Amino acid sequence: MWSRNNAVPALAAAAGLLVCASIALIFFWIPEDADQGISQKIFYFHVPIALTAYACFGWGALKAFLHLWRRPPGADLESYVAIHQGVIFGALTLITGSIWARASWGVWWAWSSEQLVLFLVLFLFYSAYFMLRFSVEPGPARANLCAVYALFGVVLIPISFLAIRLANDFIHPTVFTSQGPQMAGSMFFTFCVAWAAILTLAAALYHIELAGKRLDVSLRELRERLA
Amino acid sequence: MSGYLRDVALLTRKDVLLELRARDAVPALLLFVVSALVVFHFALPADAAELAAKGMLWVAILFTALLGLGRAFQAERQQSMLDGLLLAPCDRSAIWLAKTLATIVFLGVAELVALPAFALFFSALDWETVAGIALANLGICAVGTLVAAMALASRARELLLPLLFLPLAIPIVVGGVGASVADDGGRYLGFLALYDAVFAIISWASFEYVVTE
Amino acid sequence: MTQGQYLAAAYLVVFAVVLAYMLIIGLKLVRLQREVGQIARLAAERDPAPEAGTERAPERQEIGVG
Repeated sequence: MWSRNNAVPALAAAAGLLVCASIALIFFWIPEDADQGISQKIFYFHVPIALTAYACFGWGALKAFLHLWRRPPGADLESYVAIHQGVIFGALTLITGSIWARASWGVWWAWSSEQLVLFLVLFLFYSAYFMLRFSVEPGPARANLCAVYALFGVVLIPISFLAIRLANDFIHPTVFTSQGPQMAGSMFFTFCVAWAAILTLAAALYHIELAGKRLDVSLRELRERLA
Repeated sequence: MSGYLRDVALLTRKDVLLELRARDAVPALLLFVVSALVVFHFALPADAAELAAKGMLWVAILFTALLGLGRAFQAERQQSMLDGLLLAPCDRSAIWLAKTLATIVFLGVAELVALPAFALFFSALDWETVAGIALANLGICAVGTLVAAMALASRARELLLPLLFLPLAIPIVVGGVGASVADDGGRYLGFLALYDAVFAIISWASFEYVVTE
Repeated sequence: MTQGQYLAAAYLVVFAVVLAYMLIIGLKLVRLQREVGQIARLAAERDPAPEAGTERAPERQEIGVG
């Protein structure tokens, strides 16, 4: 228990350092993109945030699977917190993606951007997860329902991606990718640092929220025992 | 395995018999889908393309299915029959499979009327659309039955079902509309089949956890 | 808006969301702190042994400070 709690300050410090390092790299080291200009720098946060959101959804589904399989105590809570993080980062992906679309294509929303559309679908799906969770009485039944729904989520991600790609063929026949040409070495390095920064940030927030939730649960138990 | 299939057949027969006696769902579905088509006629501008009408057909089918799924566990809820079913000595996934099959039957009956009505009101249907609808029925009912069982456990049943179901149904709409409007419908039919297979397997495997603690 | 302003807006949004998250966690901490105080009081009432009571009082204060 204590070793787990000690991970929080370490993670928070690492996240702070990495975020500072990546911002320094993005703004002072990487040259401006020749085609897209300065707005291309949104890429270094937008894409890592999107990948981190996938990681959170995956982690939540993994915990959900563990809950259904072995029923370790707390797996339900961990799955919920991971999905909560995923939704926060998913919403950030939608907002930053929308701003990027406006900066580079002149529109706030582009149905031809597969990443954005996929995140919209996932955002709706996982918002429904919260609706489900908060309209069922807490207990083992709710944990099961949420775990099954979380598992559906990770199956829905690739299926939706395929569907959106297929849909673009008949709705928008022209294909254009948001990433542009192949990344240069320095760009890739900056991207990796930014991704590591966002991932550690997500991990730190995950542990902080989890600690709070665990505290909440034990306080409630304590209160019931005293009352 | 034969015991499993017999359970499924018995449970499906029970649902179909209940429907034949009470006539709760199918007439409502029929009326709804035809009304929806009439509404869509007035919602579409006169010079709207034939393709737009095909898209509307998919919307009509999806919402008809949603209406049917909302009723799927009605009998179980009203007389707390679900607890009885769970006590029965059969595999829990058999309950899901039977309910899915019964829902497919009801939705299929509604479509038997809706598709000719669509051909009459809007335009003729090609075989890709019909095949797409048949495949989509499988996916809609497989996922929808599981999600309906989930919604049943919550306080906000009727409200929750569409919220849970529609994000999961977006790939079905993509596959179905693609099969009806694209030149190479085969690809989209393949996608629908993939969706059906994947989601049927995980729904079948996870139904037990939805209805038990 | 210029490209640079869009870039600044994107980064600001991320920053603001992380700050809002901290705010929510902070509010939650305040609530937990209050609950711990209540529970400590409950425990003190239930177990009114004189030594225990005097022992518990500074403990409670420590929780309030931390």
